[in-house]
Amino acid sequence: MTTTPVELVLAKKERFDRTPDRRSEDFHEELFELERAGELLVQRVPDDFVTVSTKYGVPKKIPRAHLWHHKSCGQCGHIPGYSTSIFWIMRKLGHDYHDPSDQTSCTAWNYYASATSNQAAQAAVALRNFAAAYETGYFPLIHCGTSYGHYKEVRAEILRHPELRTQVRKVLEKLGKPMVLPEEIVHYSEYLYALRDEIAAQQVRDFTGIGVTVHPACHYYKLVEGDAIFDPDVYQGQRTAVVTGLATRLGAEVRNYSTWFDCCGFGFRHILVQRDFTRSFATMRKIEVMKEEANPDVVLTHDTGCVTTLDKSQFAAQAHGKNVGVPVMSEAQFAALAMGAHPYKVCQLHWHSANYRPLLEKMGIDWRAAWAEFEESVAKLARNEQEFVTWEDVGV
Amino acid sequence: MPAATQDPLRKVDDVAGFADVPRAEKERLVAEVFADPRFADYLYGCYECGICVAVCPSARFYDFSPRRIAQAAGRRDVDLLYQQMQEDIWECSQCFSCLRCPRGNNPGGVITIMREVAVNNGMSSAREALEGYSRIIYKIMSTGTQVSPDMLQPDAFPDWGPEVQDVSENLALWRRALPPETHHTTSTGWSVAERTLIELYLIWLETGALDMIRQVDEGLHMILEEVMEDRLEEEGIER
Ligand code: SF4
Ligand code: SF4
Repeated sequence: MTTTPVELVLAKKERFDRTPDRRSEDFHEELFELERAGELLVQRVPDDFVTVSTKYGVPKKIPRAHLWHHKSCGQCGHIPGYSTSIFWIMRKLGHDYHDPSDQTSCTAWNYYASATSNQAAQAAVALRNFAAAYETGYFPLIHCGTSYGHYKEVRAEILRHPELRTQVRKVLEKLGKPMVLPEEIVHYSEYLYALRDEIAAQQVRDFTGIGVTVHPACHYYKLVEGDAIFDPDVYQGQRTAVVTGLATRLGAEVRNYSTWFDCCGFGFRHILVQRDFTRSFATMRKIEVMKEEANPDVVLTHDTGCVTTLDKSQFAAQAHGKNVGVPVMSEAQFAALAMGAHPYKVCQLHWHSANYRPLLEKMGIDWRAAWAEFEESVAKLARNEQEFVTWEDVGV
Repeated sequence: MPAATQDPLRKVDDVAGFADVPRAEKERLVAEVFADPRFADYLYGCYECGICVAVCPSARFYDFSPRRIAQAAGRRDVDLLYQQMQEDIWECSQCFSCLRCPRGNNPGGVITIMREVAVNNGMSSAREALEGYSRIIYKIMSTGTQVSPDMLQPDAFPDWGPEVQDVSENLALWRRALPPETHHTTSTGWSVAERTLIELYLIWLETGALDMIRQVDEGLHMILEEVMEDRLEEEGIER
């Protein structure tokens, strides 16, 4: 493997750790101030939590259990193995959760695509979901990178603009809901990162020699970037540690490439109505560069749009003889596979496009046998011997 | 100030794909952008360093530049901002890579606001950009989840490979094969409770978000309004 320019640069940097006196302002103070003033409630992180460090050194509490799963429409709708794997891992670890139907999409995909909404509506949608979580007593865990990014934006706006608070409060009163913000806005990839030792303790498949490239999601670490997890032991603290920290802990070999900071090309409206842009960007700036510089066995990422874009853009590019053809999945699916999850019944890889079979073989998984098992369970459903495949059927 | 056509930063007038409007109209539209409460948090002038362009995915494939947007807004260049609202803003990917701006600007956020104003005023760029997009708006506003499994149709995504066809042919069974109890749906991402949907409708109605649709797609607005008002009436909710 040749040394990429990125590796050369990183090799020169020293371990970077931020001391408490060099920390940036902490939004928690404003949040609790508003609570004291009676303007809103703050839902506290449950007692059982792990503390991690963020980009500018502000500590962040990641709850281990009792979580309210704020699902992603793109994951549940088009990559269902993504959300299924998140739930499966929690069950396997023995941590309780709530999967609500009293939840709407954050609607931010539509907002960033079409702007057919406004600040108050977006904030009200976010706070309605937060109130729904609060009412159950479970703490919100956000599955989608864009929901996570957008909710951080909403929190910043709510803290800064009293008029917006008044507007949203009025709407929530009409709905009979309290005005609540959670103490932390937590993304599932932060949860998996924080619990990486627990996950690794249940690893049953050996991932030594599996080459990984990571695509970090823009809305995770660029939008209201202070919440994103940075760890001095991962990339010397120069890049967000989620995904990479977990993949490394599972024994995979994370490889660098020079367009790591680039977006995937999703574009919100482009992925739906202007895919020539999305496809070009995803393949020319991401997949081809990864292939050339790192030749990974799999691309791991942690957001709905990124998995969709990087996976689905390869088919047409392949027809043009481009240097593509690498499977794409979330690190949740990757971790579930490490813990012994079924590639089809849990990870639902048949919903993915780029060829993942060589990767499964490298992981020691007989995908033909696994597919036969999946087909058998579907046949049972078709014969109406069973209404649904259950958690019991997949060992949790 | 030089005439707009002499401004080297402007795209050439005779290729502009939109009708010019009186200066007062441009001023009115631009004033709406500046009046948004978020605007003051999103722009602090501009160093003209171009860092935002270097990180911008849309700048690589379109004649588009977040720096031009930030500069035009910083200079309060009404003509240029109007042109950008007609020609540029829909090219942005809303990735927010440009938040790396050393001045603390958020050019992508300024674009979000410009788009909102374009929609609110039914500008031709907004109508054009949202053509073919109405089914998505319908989905998100009426069902509470934006994308659904039954959208995966081979004619809608012919470039996504043969797996789309497999999914659409086996959809009902493959959804039943998902262990999470909320995932057995085909027309929504997950099962959304009735009460939740009504709350969402109230949000769209109370915040004026539904009214925005009227400006860009009257037919869609009528359908959505009917769906929501009927449902609220059934529940005996008065507005
Ligand atoms: S948000 Fe828009 S302007 Fe900013 S970097 Fe992304 S595509 Fe470019
Ligand atoms: S990065 Fe900021 S200061 Fe530099 S050109 Fe872009 S908007 Fe202006």
